[in-house]
Amino acid sequence: MSGKEILEWVAVLLILFGAVVSVISALGLIKLPDVYTRSHAASKSSTFAVLACLLGAFIYFWTVDGYVSVRLILGIIFVFITSPVAGHLICRAAYRANVPLAEGSGEDELKPLLFGGEGLTVSPDELNKENEK
Amino acid sequence: MKETILLLALLLFMVAIALLLYRVIVGPTMPDRAIALDTIGVNLISSIAVVSIILSTTAFLEAILILGILAFIGTIAFSKYIERGVIVERKGDS
Repeated sequence: MSGKEILEWVAVLLILFGAVVSVISALGLIKLPDVYTRSHAASKSSTFAVLACLLGAFIYFWTVDGYVSVRLILGIIFVFITSPVAGHLICRAAYRANVPLAEGSGEDELKPLLFGGEGLTVSPDELNKENEK
Repeated sequence: MKETILLLALLLFMVAIALLLYRVIVGPTMPDRAIALDTIGVNLISSIAVVSIILSTTAFLEAILILGILAFIGTIAFSKYIERGVIVERKGDS
C-alpha cells in the first residue's frame, strides 16, 4: 500500500466519521428536552462533523488530483467562525423571547436580572448604577 | 470500496437531514426550527463536499462557501426577528 493510497483511505474514513457524528448530532436534536440543550447538540457536534468532512475532501483532492483547494480551507474557517456566533444568537433570542427551560434545569439566575421579579437581591436600577461607575 | 464508503456517508447525511426535518416541522418553538434549519445548512455543506468527490469534480466547491454564508445570514435574520420582531430597523420606527 503506497503512501498515496493510505492518504486516500484517511480522507474517506474522515468523511465517514464526519457523517456518523452528524447523525449523532441530529439524534441529539431529536432527543434533548429544550432549546438550549438542543443548541448545544447542534452547534458542537455539527461543527465537528463539517470540519471532518471538509478536511477529508481537502486531503482527497490534494492526494488524487494534486489540487490544493483554497475554497475548502475558506469554507472550514468560515464555518468555524460563524457556527458558534449563530448558536449564541439563537440561544439569546430564545431566552429573551421567554422560551421556558426544561423540567429540572436547576436555578435560573439570569431571569431576575433580565425580567425583574421576586428572588431579586439587587434591583435593576442599582445594577445599572454600578455598571455606570 | 471507497465509492461504497462515500455513498454510505452520503446516505448518513440524508438520514441526518431527515431527522432534522422532523424537528423543523414539529419543533415546539421558533428557535427550535431556526437551530434545525441552521444544522440542515451545515449538513448540506458536507454532503456537497462528498458529492463533488464522488463525481470527481471541483466545480461544486463554490457552492460550499455560498451555502455557508447563506445559512449564517439566515440564522442571524431569524434570531433578530425572534428577539425584536423586526429584521431591518429604520430610524423612523420606534
